[in-house]
Amino acid sequence: MSDTYEIDDNGEPVETGPETLPLDAWNRARGGRMVEFAGYWMPVQYEGIIAEHTWTRTHAGLFDVSHMGQLLVSGEGADAAVEALLPIDLATLRPGMQRYSLLLAEDGGILDDLMVSRWPEALYLVVNGATKWDDIAHLREFLPDEVTLNHLDDRALFALQGPEAFAALERHATGEYPLSALTFMHFGKFEIGGVEVMISRSGYTGEDGFEISLPAEAAAQIADLLCGEPEVKPIGLGARDSLRLEAGLPLYGHDLSETIDPVSADLSFAIGKRRRAEGAFPGAERILSLLADGPSVRRVGLVLEGRMAAREGATIFHGGELVGSVTSGGFSPTCARPIAMGYVSAALAAPGTKLEIEMRGKRLPAEVVPLPFVPHRYHRKGA
Amino acid sequence: MAVYFTKEHEWISVEGDTARVGITDYAQGQLGDITFVELPEAGAGVTQGKSCCVVDSVKAASDVYAPVTGTVVSGNPSLEDEPELVNTDAENAGFLWSMTLADPAQLDGLMDEAAYKEYVAGL
Repeated sequence: MSDTYEIDDNGEPVETGPETLPLDAWNRARGGRMVEFAGYWMPVQYEGIIAEHTWTRTHAGLFDVSHMGQLLVSGEGADAAVEALLPIDLATLRPGMQRYSLLLAEDGGILDDLMVSRWPEALYLVVNGATKWDDIAHLREFLPDEVTLNHLDDRALFALQGPEAFAALERHATGEYPLSALTFMHFGKFEIGGVEVMISRSGYTGEDGFEISLPAEAAAQIADLLCGEPEVKPIGLGARDSLRLEAGLPLYGHDLSETIDPVSADLSFAIGKRRRAEGAFPGAERILSLLADGPSVRRVGLVLEGRMAAREGATIFHGGELVGSVTSGGFSPTCARPIAMGYVSAALAAPGTKLEIEMRGKRLPAEVVPLPFVPHRYHRKGA
Repeated sequence: MAVYFTKEHEWISVEGDTARVGITDYAQGQLGDITFVELPEAGAGVTQGKSCCVVDSVKAASDVYAPVTGTVVSGNPSLEDEPELVNTDAENAGFLWSMTLADPAQLDGLMDEAAYKEYVAGL
């Protein structure tokens, strides 16, 4: 991660350290333990990761994810320009819909994973905090002049996640239609405490929940309103990571990178049907041949015997043969055992395959399992 | 019984020829929820300042260093089923291992409780 620099009066770079986000003072007042993440001070935990994790799985957690990049792409030809960089089918993304996509390098490697929504008159993108400056540079380089890119850096972003998120949010959100009509991967314009916000029914925990884009100046007011509900507690980055790992959701910079393609990453669903037929996205030739012939490695879920957790970088063996490595791993509070994600040879990716993970000189028995580790509980249309 | 502390946040409680070693309450608070402790084996030799035990928290794995040189008598068997004892009672029931000391004079280089408290207050 790069440090943050400013130029002083003598033209010398000065390290400025992490920046603060709109909810910084609020997070500190609530007892958040602040750490540097993606160039910002962010709360890693409040009362403890396992307690926060369990609270989110049983009630509702409020996550401050204002470090993420909120971008608007607009102008004549915006759809075509975005389709030239992402394998998304925007023809089927109607107003009010949201979809997961990938920013691809020329060779088909993953530059970032992101959410794309069709706002009125624009496409709204939410990108990872650690990659947002690179994403913005990439988009500025490749989007044509008549397409405008706006970085909404005056907005905060919250996620409200958990089985009781709806009950808590419904007491505050009013909009053009009732919150109950908002289904998974859709969004709408609502008001919370008199403040206009955009709410999508989505998240990064596997639970039902919402992501709320709001003006930065209203961050503390809305955080107070939501955390004033008995179902809601603030949740830090630590539990965000353990929750998304249990949900089998990859984390960019760990499970995804420029050297990994969407097919090996088990993200082929993000390549639209029309886009597969037409090609014409970055790395299309390589990605379409991987779809046809199968990749040489695959992202898999792994459960470990015993209690020692496998961490990122741990090597995976099949007998004496090195067959892969762990990209995310830790103790799963819900499963009460260590779980991991990693890449292994495609021939060994079938659930039930017995492997070994090397940690600190020990070989830990592990087994390939289907993802997610904990079933998703999204509020889907028609469900 | 005398208790000594290291700058790496281990404590050692010495009674006669043997001692118990653990991490301090401050250290467990920094590590967060502890999910597994990889204990040193009985009979293993440990060297002052060298890692001989690993504490796994939800976030990360952390080394624990031997406060003095000696030989491990046993790991704390309670931690096999209840690693969270390190969180709830770090400086007592959540001790990590017991050991004999090779050179009790090494204790003179460690901090007493008052000095450790002052050290932590300055962090």
